[in-house]
Amino acid sequence: MNAFIAIVRRDLLLAMRHRAEAANPLLFFVIVVALVPLGLNPRRETLELIAPGVFWIGALLATLLSLERMFRSDFDDGSLELMLISPQPLPLIVLAKILAHWLVTGLPLVLAAPPIALLLGLPTSSLAVLLTTLVLGTPTLSAVGAIGVALTVGLRRGGMLLSLLVLPLYIPVLIFAASAVSAADGLPVTGQLYLLGALAVLSFTLAPLAAAAALRISVS
Amino acid sequence: MWAFLHRFASPPHFYRRAGAIAPWLGWICLGLMAAGLYGGLVVAPPDYQQGESYRIIFVHVPSAWMSMFVYVVMAGASAIALIWRIKLAEVIAIESAPVGASFTFLALVTGSLWGKPMWGTYWVWDARLTSELILLFLYFGVMGLYAAIEDRRTAGRAAGLFAIVGVVNIPIIHYSVEWWHTLHQGPTVTKLSAPSIHVSMLVPLLLMAVSFKLFYVTVLLHRARCGVLERGRNAGWVRSLLARTEPE
Amino acid sequence: MPQTELHRDRNPLLEAVDLSCSRGHRTLFENLALQVSGGEVVQILGANGSGKTTLLRVLCGLQPPAAGSLRWRGRDMSPGAPEVYAEVQFIGHAGGVKLDLTPRENLDVAIALGGRPTGTTVATALARLGIGKFGRRPVRTLSAGQRQRVALARLLTCASLLWVLDEPFTALDADGVSIVDAMLYEHIRAGGAAIITSHHPVALGRVTPRPVSIDAGA
Repeated sequence: MNAFIAIVRRDLLLAMRHRAEAANPLLFFVIVVALVPLGLNPRRETLELIAPGVFWIGALLATLLSLERMFRSDFDDGSLELMLISPQPLPLIVLAKILAHWLVTGLPLVLAAPPIALLLGLPTSSLAVLLTTLVLGTPTLSAVGAIGVALTVGLRRGGMLLSLLVLPLYIPVLIFAASAVSAADGLPVTGQLYLLGALAVLSFTLAPLAAAAALRISVS
Repeated sequence: MWAFLHRFASPPHFYRRAGAIAPWLGWICLGLMAAGLYGGLVVAPPDYQQGESYRIIFVHVPSAWMSMFVYVVMAGASAIALIWRIKLAEVIAIESAPVGASFTFLALVTGSLWGKPMWGTYWVWDARLTSELILLFLYFGVMGLYAAIEDRRTAGRAAGLFAIVGVVNIPIIHYSVEWWHTLHQGPTVTKLSAPSIHVSMLVPLLLMAVSFKLFYVTVLLHRARCGVLERGRNAGWVRSLLARTEPE
Repeated sequence: MPQTELHRDRNPLLEAVDLSCSRGHRTLFENLALQVSGGEVVQILGANGSGKTTLLRVLCGLQPPAAGSLRWRGRDMSPGAPEVYAEVQFIGHAGGVKLDLTPRENLDVAIALGGRPTGTTVATALARLGIGKFGRRPVRTLSAGQRQRVALARLLTCASLLWVLDEPFTALDADGVSIVDAMLYEHIRAGGAAIITSHHPVALGRVTPRPVSIDAGA
């Protein structure tokens, strides 16, 4: 448990010392979301219709962009090797890295959501559901993404491949989250939220194991 | 290297056996396919609703079945390769990927060709077509990962692990897409799911399904032979095989 | 010259049997037999590209060998076995030091990962390596030799039986080399063992490494 806390603390500390870099995914997210009304048309009805999808696709891409950071620098400077040959269980260490990644990229998305939702003209009645989907969905993105990064960490140019590996696995989160937000204005959404919660639990249980196995393969 | 290869399924043994079996399977596959095509395109009557255009199912349905079957075989072989470190299983998993991707692509193309007379457009976001498209992406992921990693052994193990991750996700993705589809489309395509299929259509369909499966096994054996040779290029038996320079 | 076999254990700590390693399709070395016992320093010799680093990584369990097996205290060592890792410290080419953390923060994380505060305190370790006054500066501001010393300080804060050091003397000055020499001496006096690589000969005063060559044909 000590190691778990130490790793989370370390990764947050590193993010703090690279504040500008850590803020990039959030800025990217804001820009992507802001571009959509410019590319389509800013009429209220259109925006309301597409806002949930745009919001979540933005979140997906922003997470994807930030995933490499999870293991890349540790791989480059040899810290990852220390984690691999540490007597601590590797899945636990990976879980700590996933949690730290979510705190640095997922949580800011949740916090930035209300003003951006206004930008897209999302009705305020949907806001609570939007925040719930983000709280339940973004941890899954970090966890599933960890598998993809762990598989590609040894590659110099793994970025494109990473999106090919990870984006298909993100589809269930996208579907359930976006549809919950769309339906929030009047229809029951508990089903989608339960499913998002189930996906989060499942991914937090299995993804650290898969990512740990992937790291052992990638680093060898 | 030699001892590792020898541990379970010995490559030289596999190489010889596969070389002996593959041509036979190939001929049987060809015979069944000819029979199935004859039955499907000539003997079977036209559909009372769809006319002649339904005949594409004799290619479409078997390739859609195979697209999933091959993925499961690939993931199973990957699991065996990762757990028991059997090299032959790794070869089988990796060499299955392009074959499975081809079946998936065929299913997508025939599906959208069939969609034109059915739906009036080549592509609709039908649940099955969408799932099939995502399956194709997963195949590309396995192949891309294998191609990107330089060390062949690391590449094989990484791609295998991704195949296993994919097989855990396929049901989740499939059901989420199906649920999403019913939410958006409504039950418009029910006329596709004919309640029962006439025996004159069923027989050629099954013949085609079996011949597709044999085709997969035949191609896989050929590919795996090449894969085994490639991986074992330092091993004694490959060297002596090449030294004899026998036309194989 | 002091003898290094004072506390030499009869049973080897680490034993490699018929070890073969390859990179890509190229076989680096085949059927290597290696025994490392408590109380000795083994120096792996070999030309560039002969597989010294690969061998060290295999011995640590970071990489599976192409063939052969490893035994730790006579038992087959399965990769990923925590009880083995608890007794091995590895310092590779990349030192595993985070440039944006201070030496103290780096060592704190290493101790937490080791799961046991077995060695000396962080301050003592840094002082021993002559970088005591840099403890609170980001490693990024230190020189290459000082960074290497930060990595080597891990050997003191996380006491382990077997040290696996890849080119430990790179970037170190004469003073640094003699510190490491003394550390190795104390380590093997206490029954520990070390495996090091070095492609140029270094003058060590207190320990006499046992050379093992992995060059093809040797």
